[in-house]
Amino acid sequence: MTKTGKVYLAIILFLFALSIAAPLLPLPDPDRIDLDSLQLAPDARHLFGTDHKGRDLFSRSIHGARISISVAIVAALISACIGSLVGLAAGFCGGKIDAALMAVVDFILSFPSLLLAIAVSVVMNPGIHTAMIALSASSWTSFARLVRGQVLAVRGLPFVDAARAIGCSSSRVLFVHIAPQCLTVGLVMIGMKLGGFVIAEATLSFLGLGVQPPAASWGAMISANRAYILTAPWSVFFPGIMIALTAFCFNLFAEQLRTRYDVGRIST
Amino acid sequence: MVGQRADPETIESIRKEIGADKGFAAQYVGYLKLIVQGNFGKSYYTNRDVLEDIASKLPNTAGLALAAMCIAIPCGIAAGMIMAYRRGGFAEKVLGMLSIGGLSAPVFWVGLMIMIVFSLELKLLPPSGSGGPRFLILPAIVLAIPVSCSLARVTAASVQETMRALYARTATAKGLSRLKIAIVHVLRNALIPVVTVIGLDFGSYLSGAVVTETIFGWDGIGRFTMQGIITRDYPVIMGCIIVSTFAFVIVNTLTDLLYHYLDPRMRIDDENR
Repeated sequence: MTKTGKVYLAIILFLFALSIAAPLLPLPDPDRIDLDSLQLAPDARHLFGTDHKGRDLFSRSIHGARISISVAIVAALISACIGSLVGLAAGFCGGKIDAALMAVVDFILSFPSLLLAIAVSVVMNPGIHTAMIALSASSWTSFARLVRGQVLAVRGLPFVDAARAIGCSSSRVLFVHIAPQCLTVGLVMIGMKLGGFVIAEATLSFLGLGVQPPAASWGAMISANRAYILTAPWSVFFPGIMIALTAFCFNLFAEQLRTRYDVGRIST
Repeated sequence: MVGQRADPETIESIRKEIGADKGFAAQYVGYLKLIVQGNFGKSYYTNRDVLEDIASKLPNTAGLALAAMCIAIPCGIAAGMIMAYRRGGFAEKVLGMLSIGGLSAPVFWVGLMIMIVFSLELKLLPPSGSGGPRFLILPAIVLAIPVSCSLARVTAASVQETMRALYARTATAKGLSRLKIAIVHVLRNALIPVVTVIGLDFGSYLSGAVVTETIFGWDGIGRFTMQGIITRDYPVIMGCIIVSTFAFVIVNTLTDLLYHYLDPRMRIDDENR
């Protein structure tokens, strides 16, 4: 990995550590309303300033990282699991099963993905779990396509024939011999999805369909502070910077992974 | 629809009227029948015909999508060409970072920041609303940012790949200038994957740039969808999603057809099948 790749990885790990340790750090309570310090500009005591209810924005931003990052990771894992299973089944079985599964994938891809996520969030009750499911609802399809392609490429190689020749059962061939070959592309794809998920979660929360107030989520913070953009522009600026920084590091790191493992051009 | 203190008889009569007393399957079939007839129902709140409202907002959304594409396509392709031809150089690094940065910043935040700078500080353009071309500029720029970034990346990758093709080497051997090879020989072939990206993005804009339209108060499908969602106005939500998906599928199909027109190899493949 190149030097720049390590820098991005370091920032990501730092954000991880911050979000895990957030409750232990000596930060003010993110939800504590302090009517004596409304809309204070950023200074040494409140690094990011305070919002219209006097809540410390730095503390809220750090706690927001917990929500954004956990939603992104869980959504990526859900879609990777479902997508890989569907992709493995479609690629390995071929024929009618392949055609049927890929028809489902194409059907879901024919919806604009944000619209699908919004639709899912409207039908279910908004919240952190709904956001995770809503984001996975369309993105598992890209894992399915990718893994299927990889299985098709590997299926005809001699080591698969060899495994069959020594009497491995179909499921052993699939899960022990073929599936590991899809691991690299799958992991790179997870990396590429994370940045997008951070943004998508923020967008859902911004629209009021993700994590519900008063929980500190970056998108919800921007949405709530939007009305005060004239008097307290920092209350919109900093949460946005956090989203952009996180997504930027995830995206650049994924780009490095992609080049490193030479995983051709993957559509995101 | 009738408020919290309606008497049971009114509720019953409305249930009959909208068919809520029938089973799920019957309700669904009834809904499909009405959709095919072009009857999307009436909004719970305004009691206006949903399809008429959508039709009146569609031109606004299409105008915004077109304007965004007019900005994004030239910027994206030009940046992509520079990235491909200055590979490893300073320009490629800067543009590469910029393009990932543009993809990483959330649209709603960029929109708000641009609004602060251009409307509130510099007072150049109106912050929101729909109307003349002056209202169109800011939302179009905001919409164009992520597309031009993804276009730049796809163009760069595709041009680099095409430059390695044998015919590009032949053109160099013939003594053609770099610029001529770049535009006449390489770009034409490299544009094929780019067209797909343009099609996909244009399709999703037609389905309403929900966030951008909401922020800038642009009276299009996206904002209408959002209003429906906030007020739980189900006929509006359903109508918008159906129309949006329909537009998205049509644009994608057109892109596929265009693909065949642009790439003669695909036509030969089809004939051999």
